[in-house]
Amino acid sequence: MQRLSPAALIFHGFFVAFIIAPLLMVIAVSFTDKGYLSLPVDGLSLRWFRAILDNPDFIHAFWISTWLALISATAAVIIAVPAALAIARHKFLGRDIISAFLLSPLMIPHLVLGVAFLQFYSKIGLGGSFYGLVAAHVILVTPYALRLALSSVTGLSTDAESAALTLGASKLTVFCRITLPMILPGVAGGWILSFITSFDELTMSVFVSSPSTQTLPVKMYHHITQTIDPLIASVSTVLIVLTFLVMLILDRLYGLDKVFVGKG
Amino acid sequence: MELTQRSNTPYFLTGPGVIFFAVLLGTPMIMTLLLSLHSYDFNTGIQADWTIANYIEVLGDSYFHKIFTRTFGLALLVTVICVVIGVPEAYILSRLSNRWRSIFLLVVLGPLLISVVVRTLGWALFFGGSGVLTMISQALGFAEEPVSLMFTFTGMTIALVHVLVPFMVIAVWAALQKIDPQSEDAGLSLGASKSTVLWRITLPQAMPGILSGSLMVFALTASAFATPAIIGGRRMKVVATAAYDEYLSTLNWPLGAAIAMLLLIANIVIIVSYNKFIERRFAKVFE
Amino acid sequence: MSFLTFEALNKTFNDFVAVRDMSLSVERGEFISLLGPSGCGKTTTLQMIAGLLPPTSGKILLDGKDITATPPNKRGLGIVFQSYALFPHMSATDNVAFGLEMRGIEKNERLERARKALDQVKLGQFADRHPKDMSGGQRQRVALARALVIEPPVLLLDEPLSNLDAKLREEMRIELRMLQQDIGVTTILVTHDQEEALSMSDRIVVMKQGGISQIAAPLDLYERPVNTFVSDFVGKTNLLTGTIVSDNEVIIGEDTISIDTRQYQHKSSVILSIRPEKLSMSCDKSGYEVRVEAAIFLGASWLYSVSGAMGELFVTQPNTGKAGYSKGDIAWLSWPEDAITLYTGAA
Repeated sequence: MQRLSPAALIFHGFFVAFIIAPLLMVIAVSFTDKGYLSLPVDGLSLRWFRAILDNPDFIHAFWISTWLALISATAAVIIAVPAALAIARHKFLGRDIISAFLLSPLMIPHLVLGVAFLQFYSKIGLGGSFYGLVAAHVILVTPYALRLALSSVTGLSTDAESAALTLGASKLTVFCRITLPMILPGVAGGWILSFITSFDELTMSVFVSSPSTQTLPVKMYHHITQTIDPLIASVSTVLIVLTFLVMLILDRLYGLDKVFVGKG
Repeated sequence: MELTQRSNTPYFLTGPGVIFFAVLLGTPMIMTLLLSLHSYDFNTGIQADWTIANYIEVLGDSYFHKIFTRTFGLALLVTVICVVIGVPEAYILSRLSNRWRSIFLLVVLGPLLISVVVRTLGWALFFGGSGVLTMISQALGFAEEPVSLMFTFTGMTIALVHVLVPFMVIAVWAALQKIDPQSEDAGLSLGASKSTVLWRITLPQAMPGILSGSLMVFALTASAFATPAIIGGRRMKVVATAAYDEYLSTLNWPLGAAIAMLLLIANIVIIVSYNKFIERRFAKVFE
Repeated sequence: MSFLTFEALNKTFNDFVAVRDMSLSVERGEFISLLGPSGCGKTTTLQMIAGLLPPTSGKILLDGKDITATPPNKRGLGIVFQSYALFPHMSATDNVAFGLEMRGIEKNERLERARKALDQVKLGQFADRHPKDMSGGQRQRVALARALVIEPPVLLLDEPLSNLDAKLREEMRIELRMLQQDIGVTTILVTHDQEEALSMSDRIVVMKQGGISQIAAPLDLYERPVNTFVSDFVGKTNLLTGTIVSDNEVIIGEDTISIDTRQYQHKSSVILSIRPEKLSMSCDKSGYEVRVEAAIFLGASWLYSVSGAMGELFVTQPNTGKAGYSKGDIAWLSWPEDAITLYTGAA
């Protein structure tokens, strides 16, 4: 382990400060006791957190986002796991094309996805509906679930499964009792990453959601374009805290850097 | 292990996903392409004709030129800054002891899990007229008026760097992980100074990571929406916010579709040419 | 006059003592092996010599000069790392020329010398290849050429052969030793493979848990190991525990052996060591009776596991072309008196 020079450590300090600063800013403002945007120099107050409860719109948007993310992540994993098993283990005609197709949303800017879905759903009468939103999110997050599932399955030797077969297990038993538990960390990581991606997503959702199906980020975005007040800061602080908790779980479960080499 | 069987299992396993994607992704994409080829009338709406007028307008009109130039310039600047600060940071992270490394990885990569709206809000608070930036610069005495970086190119750049630099750090970090630390020891033993080792041995091996990180940052900046919308505002339009205008304000969907298609093509061109370049330049060197 | 000297080298990591009081004098041109099991401190010692790890205390002297505080890029030693540590983004020639480049040698000359060095390790036609396109053995030679081309005063080799397959390893041992003798460079090899150490070295330093167990030339080391650890680590041996009962008798198991024990106390516990190849096995009913429990054919020799009144023993016999003994056979062992070594106390 080589020691780092003091200059390097100072640079590192500035970098970290740069990364954290905006978040600290948001958190600080959310604790102000004043009725307007200001820093809590006179003392901390929870009034703006209580104010969230008086804003059912935000709470409604929060639930929309949560349900949406839950359904999308689950659907994505259901699509991704069998596909990963097929792609990683079988050589079949069209394998590369199918793999590229299922991963293609990663190459498409969210804006483009948004406008494409907007037009499509209006044409088939699902414009602004929750189902349309779900379908859009599933498409968006499946590549993340697929990438992590693929890396999990690819690293898996089939020896354990062969051993189980020779000991008399049926193919279904092998899948449920041997394969699935072994790829579970990757699948779980993929689910969590998909959940977070869906929950946080803004650009595409701006086009696809309607006032009644506004996700939390979309609602926050619209709020900000009208006015920036401590309320939006307190909502953001709640999000930061929740994300931080999820992040800790993800790191314990899987290792954050491994997850991100999937997100990157 | 691969099973080269002529079975139908893989088709059953991938089938549902492929059908889902074909219907719910493929169709919308094709429809958008087709939409971009219609013309639009403010009174009667989308026409049932075929024309490339939208593309001509987007590519020819100086209004759009300005937007494209601004977007491209922004993407380039953000990418360069991310390289300049992201590469050293990734290197420093790789040199920390295990305990500190885990903590700082969490700190640096964690924000990626927080919605871009929240991160951008932080900058809006910082930059705004009654924000911290004003307070600091007035306290330090070099501004009398409220200082605002809101609705400026500089402000957008800073906020975008903040949002995207973690991607650069990840990409370079991943590349650094693959380097054999003994190759740096070997360089030292052969007489190279520490900085020569960094420049001649570490950096060249990290190059693929730097390039893929740059690619990602560039592509994401070019198609960014939320941050330019909030920090840039109405006056500083980029490609994504221009498309938003056409779709949700002017309702000129065909024009918006043309912008989207151009953005998509640009994205794909960048990614494909990067891969070709990487293959040619580095294939002989890296596994 | 010692060319390379270590004086009381110590290395401690927090509470763990990796190297304890290591002192050694190496003559110019000598080939020394640091031999020991994993964790004995041999690689740590090498890294201290290379300057990649600072010693906690102690001195390193090269040709009279104290280099303990000299940074690794100023020591000018040639190092072959276990992973070879080639620069993947450079061709073989550029890899080898790198050390010369750092010494400011101009381009044409250094490329010329690099090519010559590659010829010397028989890789002339791979000069423009990149490490990715080479086999393990080829990469190892590039690493060797890179270390030798700078004409170092000392060559350090960190388990250079351990990643090669068995046959290649044997060939490389001979080549490496011949190359070293041709060039005459003082060499220190780190290995856990005792055959490697025995076949290549002028002297072997056997290490255990950070300390030196014995320093000796290969034959001396093999024939006169100073304790049970060395006798068991270098070559194979039978170790039997017994008790001294008189000036010339030791009880082992159910048997009594005649052996001169005057240097040792009565009733004290001893360990007898006798190497399998020093035992002679015959059917002529004279000597120590044993029963063959297992017979393993090794090609050039037979390895027998036998049991008798002293317990279990391993015996090696050369393959004479005739059928060997089988399981269940009774045979008789004899041995020359100096074939037994006695040890008291711990290894």
